[in-house]
Amino acid sequence: MLTTQRIMLWVMAATLPGLLALIHFFGWGVLINVLWCMGIAMATEALILWIRARPVQHTLMDGSAALTGLLLGLSLPPLLPWWIALVATASAIILAKHLYGGLGSNLFNPAMVGYALVLVSFPEAMSTRWALPLSLQETPLSLLDSLSVFTGLGSTSVDAFTGATPLDDYKHAIDGAIASQVTTAPIYGDRVALGWEWVNLGFLAGGLLLIQRRIITWHIPVSLLGALTIMALLFGYDPDQSVPLSLHLLAGGTMLGAFFIATDPVSAATSNRGKLWYGAGIGVLLYTIRAWGSYPDAVAFAVLLMNLAVPFLDYYTRPRTRGHKRAGRGVPS
Amino acid sequence: MGTQFDFPGGIHPPDNKLRSLQTPIRQAPLPDRLTVPLRQHRGDPGRVVVAVGDHVLTGQPLSEGQPGRSVPVHAPTSGTITAIKSHEVPHASGLEETCILIEADGRDQWYKLAPCPDSASTAERYDHLHRTGVVGLGGAGFPTRDKLQSAEAAPDVLILNGAECEPYITADQALMRERPDSVVAGALALWRLVGAGRCLIGIEDNKPDAIEALRQSAEGTSVEIRVVATRYPSGGERQLIQLLTGLEVPSGGLPADVGVLCQNVATAVAVDRSLRLGEPVIQRITTLTGEALARPGNIEARIGTPLDHLLFEAGLDPQRLHRLIMGGPLMGFDLTTTGLPLIKTANCLIAGTAGEFPDPPVPQPCIRCGLCEQACPVDLLPQQLYWFASAGEHRKAEHFDLFDCIECGACDWVCPSHLPLTEYYRHSKGVLRQEQKEQAEADHARQRFEERQARLEREQAEREERRRARQQAREQRHNVAPAEASEAATAAATSPTAPGPDRETLIQRRDQARQKVEEAQAQLAEAREQTPEAVPKLERALNKHQKRLDAAEKALSDAQEDT
Ligand code: SF4
Ligand code: SF4
Repeated sequence: MLTTQRIMLWVMAATLPGLLALIHFFGWGVLINVLWCMGIAMATEALILWIRARPVQHTLMDGSAALTGLLLGLSLPPLLPWWIALVATASAIILAKHLYGGLGSNLFNPAMVGYALVLVSFPEAMSTRWALPLSLQETPLSLLDSLSVFTGLGSTSVDAFTGATPLDDYKHAIDGAIASQVTTAPIYGDRVALGWEWVNLGFLAGGLLLIQRRIITWHIPVSLLGALTIMALLFGYDPDQSVPLSLHLLAGGTMLGAFFIATDPVSAATSNRGKLWYGAGIGVLLYTIRAWGSYPDAVAFAVLLMNLAVPFLDYYTRPRTRGHKRAGRGVPS
Repeated sequence: MGTQFDFPGGIHPPDNKLRSLQTPIRQAPLPDRLTVPLRQHRGDPGRVVVAVGDHVLTGQPLSEGQPGRSVPVHAPTSGTITAIKSHEVPHASGLEETCILIEADGRDQWYKLAPCPDSASTAERYDHLHRTGVVGLGGAGFPTRDKLQSAEAAPDVLILNGAECEPYITADQALMRERPDSVVAGALALWRLVGAGRCLIGIEDNKPDAIEALRQSAEGTSVEIRVVATRYPSGGERQLIQLLTGLEVPSGGLPADVGVLCQNVATAVAVDRSLRLGEPVIQRITTLTGEALARPGNIEARIGTPLDHLLFEAGLDPQRLHRLIMGGPLMGFDLTTTGLPLIKTANCLIAGTAGEFPDPPVPQPCIRCGLCEQACPVDLLPQQLYWFASAGEHRKAEHFDLFDCIECGACDWVCPSHLPLTEYYRHSKGVLRQEQKEQAEADHARQRFEERQARLEREQAEREERRRARQQAREQRHNVAPAEASEAATAAATSPTAPGPDRETLIQRRDQARQKVEEAQAQLAEAREQTPEAVPKLERALNKHQKRLDAAEKALSDAQEDT
């Protein structure tokens, strides 16, 4: 039998393939981020529960805070200074979760609120602190170096280890070149995007596991990836003009977003049909912002915007109750 | 075989049926004392036709049906009536009902039974069933006559429900595997009675013994045995109909609306015995199970038998008993005492241990995981209903089709946060029903008030009319023929020449009326401040007093003119 706690544990476990791939390709910074964010999330949660006079241990055990921390750790650039991750995590727990009443009552996806907040507050760090794949770093960043970058102590300069992500790079480089020229850059590797392709496949595998365990349903990932694909084929069919579909699917946070973030049940649409619309909405927004906005990746904004649409979706996508001719509609008076 | 139709959702809980299927149906020994509740069905209690001290025979009517859904009950054995009083009965809310207490004489002498004559019309047959106390034995207890009558025309399909999908319960399975002939006889009796096009017996595939037995008994008849995949709640009436026919019973409607009649298998047997033998419903097969029982099994017992008698018979270990459930673990309810009687709708009694039924964990917040939605056989959004119900927004829950919830408990069962969802739905429905009732009462009261008001106004107008007529008569007499104060004129009761009320009385009356008007004005002013809803009523009252005052003044001035 599933319990809420076990659901959270399953989701966390399912991130492992992706997490391992991230560590493998991008170094210790990822792990440091993840552990740090999880720790902060649980500490903040405990503090708030204590202030709200709720049972701290019992509630903490539900695992939802740890999961929020984990997802943030996975989303943030790996070489971020500690305090940005702290701001992101603490605001996720305090602003997005507890100000709305705690687990189950939040309108927005907490991890994405935290992410978006630091993205707009510290755009510089959030776009330049992406680690290069280890194999492209001259002397790969050691655990100690990573810690020193993380803490800001020591003198390790990050410039030698960071660079634009493939999504970012392609978007800008394609303006003055053609696809075959752009993709000769080492960050694209031999296939799609060095490292990122495995990370995304890892998250895809974990996501399929969650579907198989019936912890999530297929509706959101399928409609999200479907909509993204259609948009990319429709508007970005020419790789000499815009980012190709393969990069959309296998670089950046696409799979993490599709299977682990957009599927957060609390802030997603309720009915199966609602989930289809919700996922499709995220897919369309994701492409729109990536292609025509100023951010290279856009999982956070796409998810948050569709969170806003959830109450509306929920009122207009109710399933047809058996025994009724038509599905109920609209807002109850 | 099988079905091509489906209903959404459903769950597969462990069925725990084997424990009670190890032995054949046993007969419960006759108890010394029995308690027969007057109401064991959905509807109102019948009228008692016996008195304390009476000696009754087995099967003798104890009450008679009243108009409406009121079904009689019968003496389960012969003995003396020792009391007719309120007594606790098995009910989700621990209700008390009027019960007839019988001290058995141990002889079990039968009352003379009257089978239904062959010449009886369909309506007479329905009434016969009603007189013999036949109600739905599957658990709902709906009066069988009323259910049969609900169809205006003969149904297309008669379905006997032998799905018995809820865990633990095996009463129908035991009946079908051990007495398949009676089940088929019951099916045929019902079929003849309602004249349906087809007759199906629906049964879940986890009962191979019962399926085999029924197949053999049904050979040579046109009764079809339909096996459905085991999935809770396939035995729900609407779900079984959907599985077997693909038809959806409309919301708020009856199976008859789609040309289906559905009856439980045990009810069909009772129908047959009632028609053929005249036998009233005085006993039933009940599953006694749970790990606190040393000898679980199915037992045929008289209605009114104390439950502790049955539990003792099944080897209850009171030390291990943790939860006592009437019905199944999903739709049943907890009993807090064993001192209750067996009733017609009691298909199962579970004496569970703490290991078997651990106390539910502390509920956690709903995380909107949607598992409940995937499990709901009606395609409701249980999490949304819960959201509204727990916030007290019952109207919104109603808007989200709360009343289509069949309270199957599938959503509770899957909920990872262990929320008692169905409890919330029941509560919400209760609140809404209460509101509806109060609304109806208020409407009724308002209507009555308005009718009374209209009547008063009419009377007032008539009085006014009479007064005017009198005055006219008087004026004529004054002006035209004062001398001819004829007898006819004096006959008018209040003519001034007649010894009418003197001036003193009239003044008194006027003063009284004036006082009333003042009082009414004061009341009205107060109501305007504090109880605005009473204002219209008080205004009308003031109006009335004002008219009376006018009348009194007029009468006085008339009198003064006269003198
Ligand atoms: S199963 Fe429970 S926790 Fe999940 S959505 Fe339904 S009510 Fe909420
Ligand atoms: S109890 Fe009601 S809401 Fe829950 S699964 Fe059954 S029908 Fe659906």
